[in-house]
Amino acid sequence: MTASPPPNAGTGADDGATGETRSNAASASSAPASERRVPRKGRVRERERAPIEDLGAPIITRRLTKRYDDLVAVDALDLEVHAGEIFGLLGQNGAGKTTTILMLLGLTEPTAGGARVVGLDPSRRPLEVKRRVGYLPDNVGFYDSMTGRENLRYTARLNGLFGRDAEARIAEVLDQVGMTDRADTRTDTYSRGMLQRLGIADALVKGPSVLILDEPTTAIDPIGVVEILDMLRGLVRDRGLAVLLSSHLLAQVQSVCDRVGIFAAGKLIGVGTVPELADRFGGGSARIEVGFEGLAPSDMKSTTGLLGSIQDVAQVDAPARPMDPFGLVVKPGIPAGPVREAILQASVAKGLRLSSIREVVPSLDDIYRIALQARGLGHREVAA
Amino acid sequence: MSASTATETKRLPARSEASFTEGLRPGWITVAGKEIADHVLSIRFYVLLVVLGIAALIPIYFASDRLRSLAQDVSGAPAIFLGLFTIGPDADLGPITFTVQAFIAIAAPLLGVAFSFDSVNGERHEGTLPRLLSQPIHRDDVINGKFAAGLAVISIGLTAILLIIAGFGMLRLGITPTFQEVIRLIGWLAITILYVSLWLAFGLLLSVVIRRAATSALVGFGVWLFVAIPIAGPLLASLLGGFLASGATTAAEAYGTLQWVQRILPGQLYAEASAAILRPGVTTVSYSDIYGGQEPPLLTTQLGFDQSLLLVWPHLVILFALTIGCFALAYARFMRQEVRA
Repeated sequence: MTASPPPNAGTGADDGATGETRSNAASASSAPASERRVPRKGRVRERERAPIEDLGAPIITRRLTKRYDDLVAVDALDLEVHAGEIFGLLGQNGAGKTTTILMLLGLTEPTAGGARVVGLDPSRRPLEVKRRVGYLPDNVGFYDSMTGRENLRYTARLNGLFGRDAEARIAEVLDQVGMTDRADTRTDTYSRGMLQRLGIADALVKGPSVLILDEPTTAIDPIGVVEILDMLRGLVRDRGLAVLLSSHLLAQVQSVCDRVGIFAAGKLIGVGTVPELADRFGGGSARIEVGFEGLAPSDMKSTTGLLGSIQDVAQVDAPARPMDPFGLVVKPGIPAGPVREAILQASVAKGLRLSSIREVVPSLDDIYRIALQARGLGHREVAA
Repeated sequence: MSASTATETKRLPARSEASFTEGLRPGWITVAGKEIADHVLSIRFYVLLVVLGIAALIPIYFASDRLRSLAQDVSGAPAIFLGLFTIGPDADLGPITFTVQAFIAIAAPLLGVAFSFDSVNGERHEGTLPRLLSQPIHRDDVINGKFAAGLAVISIGLTAILLIIAGFGMLRLGITPTFQEVIRLIGWLAITILYVSLWLAFGLLLSVVIRRAATSALVGFGVWLFVAIPIAGPLLASLLGGFLASGATTAAEAYGTLQWVQRILPGQLYAEASAAILRPGVTTVSYSDIYGGQEPPLLTTQLGFDQSLLLVWPHLVILFALTIGCFALAYARFMRQEVRA
């Protein structure tokens, strides 16, 4: 993943130059007085023991852990999100996604480990982190009695934006999310999808360099999902934002994420691009689907035999109906390309009319299931 | 990449906390500003105006006749202007006296609770709390701002009503306040605002502790009914006192316990404090049992404002302590609560 240089790399890398000194002297005097309202002696000491090396990434976590009594919500999480990429944190409900996000924003204290967001420790300097990070909460809500624009104005004020600057920014983000038409009606007339879009606008008002979206596509109709994801893509392209989004709807976000992290029971069990994960968790074997036109039911058996006799084909799954494609599993470690070629030649030689031939990339849902099984975590266990 | 950004950082060493939070003003002011705007545009505010209006106009209607004749009789008598607030109708209308003082004592707590019972759980319910807390403000800015906003709105309402009554007295009845009376009136306003803030803090506490706004409204209403209503207040006091004094051997001991209970019931405290401040003739507090439930014969002695204040100073300290206690409890709970529902 080559990250384009972030527009505000200087701010993000703040910690890089001072990382070592901070680990020694951070608690001594560098924190501003306003940040020291709540004493957290024990936790600060714990974090100092493991200084976090700054890699220039806007979001870094190191052994980030959150325990609730005996439940481990997030277990020693190591994560990096770079500028200009969309990172999908994928997992079931209760896998610890929201807890992770709240820790990144300094809204919940980690039990152990730590994080750096735009180069800062969110639990020690939450104000600066929250000034630079746009956040769309799960099931975002707005003040019913106010219009969309008024809601955004309040957020702008809380971020120190007033007057003409604020109005210009609000108009810009409303336009970006396509909500300009409805901006001046009360938010209790909005649909779920409109609230979600207004939520993204709300996260963008402060001009963030990092965007954290918790379940941005839940409870939205399919067309709305496509719109929102397209919009996100555009934002990342135009502004070089780092985006962390969480979702339990794997198939929906598969297309938009540059990299994904598969999250289960508080642990990240796989990180990478979707093809990378497919390689890792797909059992190492490519799958090919082959469809034939005008195949008589009587020819099914011979065709299955033909496909099975092709070199490097490990298994052939014949479809129930002749018009459906055959499924082929290639032997482990063999690339799909030459096998495809061989299928093509064999079909032509036998006078079969090929209607389709394609390599099947396992969906994120498949990967997720396989990854969970590989870790010995069935669906039930994770849910518990 | 990390090397290049590191050198860049060295070139920009000043990009520190100051620039991140530049231009931010204290969060509670922004929160309070938004809450005040919300309150003023809400139905609640109109209810406040109507309730306070009734609290002011009905007693004035009853009192004005009596006051007019009284004013002629005792011209030059001290504190006739304060009679606007303390004098009710001629006829005995039951246990609640129709005076502005009594009406405010009932209405003020209700307004306090009404303006805060849903302040935190309402945000939670609407799903706006995580969004609000993810803005660059401290968590306590939310609760401080909401408290300040409620207090500001109710204080403005109360002050306005007081001024209207005073204006009515001057224009229609032709009585003017002396300097002492103005001071006493301001003192009474301050005490009333303190009392309202106690109920505001109590409502805030309910809104933090109870997740459903409807439930916290009911609890707040229930407590108001028993603590703030003049009939129920003494009832509760004697009930609690009787319960606590069940082991008492002498009447004096039992009475001591009762008085102790009355000393922490905010309704009683406020009633006594406002009586002493508004009536210079009141030279003692807690007369209910000594005189067999009757008001003591008013001595001809009139206390100065400082003497009246001294008389009820302990009352005010306890009211203040209760307010701080409620607010601190709400504050502590809110700071420790999880952001998620």
